[in-house]
Amino acid sequence: MKKYTKKEYGKMVERSAPKTSMFQNLLWAFFIGGAICVVGQLISQYFRNRGWSIENVASGTSIIMVFLGALFTGLGLYDKLAKFAGAGTIVPITGFANAIVSPAMEFKREGYILGVAGKMFVVAGPVLVYGITTSVIAGVIYYLIR
Amino acid sequence: MSATKRLGAQTIKMQYPPTIIASATIVGEKEGKGPLENTFDKVLDDALWGESSFEKAESKLMRETIMLAVEKAEQPMSNMHYILAGDLLSQCIGTNFAVRELEVPFFGLYGACSTMAESLSLATILVDGGFADYVVAATSSHFCSAERQFRFPLAYGGQRTPTAQWTVTGAGAIVVSSNGNGPFITHITTGKIIDLGIKDANNMGAAMAPAAADTILQHFSDTGKTVNDYDLVVTGDLGKLGLALTDQILKENNLDLQDKLNDCGLLIYDIEAQDMHMGGSGCGCSASVLCGHLLKEIKIGNMKRILFVATGALMSPTSTQQNESIPCIAHAVTIEKELR
Repeated sequence: MKKYTKKEYGKMVERSAPKTSMFQNLLWAFFIGGAICVVGQLISQYFRNRGWSIENVASGTSIIMVFLGALFTGLGLYDKLAKFAGAGTIVPITGFANAIVSPAMEFKREGYILGVAGKMFVVAGPVLVYGITTSVIAGVIYYLIR
Repeated sequence: MSATKRLGAQTIKMQYPPTIIASATIVGEKEGKGPLENTFDKVLDDALWGESSFEKAESKLMRETIMLAVEKAEQPMSNMHYILAGDLLSQCIGTNFAVRELEVPFFGLYGACSTMAESLSLATILVDGGFADYVVAATSSHFCSAERQFRFPLAYGGQRTPTAQWTVTGAGAIVVSSNGNGPFITHITTGKIIDLGIKDANNMGAAMAPAAADTILQHFSDTGKTVNDYDLVVTGDLGKLGLALTDQILKENNLDLQDKLNDCGLLIYDIEAQDMHMGGSGCGCSASVLCGHLLKEIKIGNMKRILFVATGALMSPTSTQQNESIPCIAHAVTIEKELR
């Protein structure tokens, strides 16, 4: 076989590889992600109408949405929806629930300690680490410039 | 004593071509719904097959497939001189646990998705060399056990990239013997590891294409055969993109296989209807297509001589995380209906 450099071959692959349809993906993400947010808004409105404080409405809505994300993951429906929605199902808080519940389910066979507990954060762990770190840095900056 | 069976740089020619006296394949539900549905010995409707984990299910898949192949060979298991087998799971546990109960001398192999050609090559060498009369070559892969080891949990809501392939749930086993009247294994071309710098583990077809092309070119150059000598040159699991790239490399090296080049990863699924992106992959992909469809076609005479080229991407989740490129390999085996 004649010699191909890695660069040459990389270009060859790039020319032939199928591309994702950005427009189609954005539409799916917008509508399914949007629908999840509408559900969240309805729940939040319900609590508000019952006269809850702003903080309690936020907590209550998050709790219900996380529960729904976990429930649909357990029923095996969330990943089917995500196949089309992409970022539309990852970005809302239900996606966070999915990222924690799915490894917990998957690794139950390795036991409750090293399996469920040990693997629960394999997907969501980096989000937590960098999310919390970023919020601490933002907090410090806010404290200094206030 | 010098090696008298060598042909060119990487090929060997059998002096007493061994026969494939039996083959068996068991696959999962998705594979059973593909275009080759009638060529498998058994199609499972439950991914766990009554077991408590996917790893156990994969072991059972391989064990039952080996037992079925030996049964079809009309031999007791105790007549098997060796089992050569491997799978995708870390430390090859799918295979080790499958062979545990069979009480046959065993060599464990790891060639990723090239394992069917690797095990068949070594089984042939053992038989042709006069070291064994009956050798089992086998491999398996399971979508669910592969996903949890290489990718994400099954219920995780991620999207597959357009170049992704689908790991076949399936196992294939072949009994190679010194006595029989075909199909015969006549030539073996052992591949070298080729790595042209592809790092995307979701684009294994592109990573493996140069390895496949290199082995195919070497085979034709070593044996002096031409495209007219073959009815089919079939790669293991390159998928749509990998096969197109292999074809392009072959043509740039002056080998045009025309419509004789195909891929097991494309044969096993209805790519569009089953939404398989680039096609099938995994050890079970080439194994189940060879042990079912291809050997049946050779037996009934629709094909006289094929070159079976199983391809393997030899990365691990660790090497991928460490941003290493993917070393790939392809082994070729010539299977002929009759000796000429």
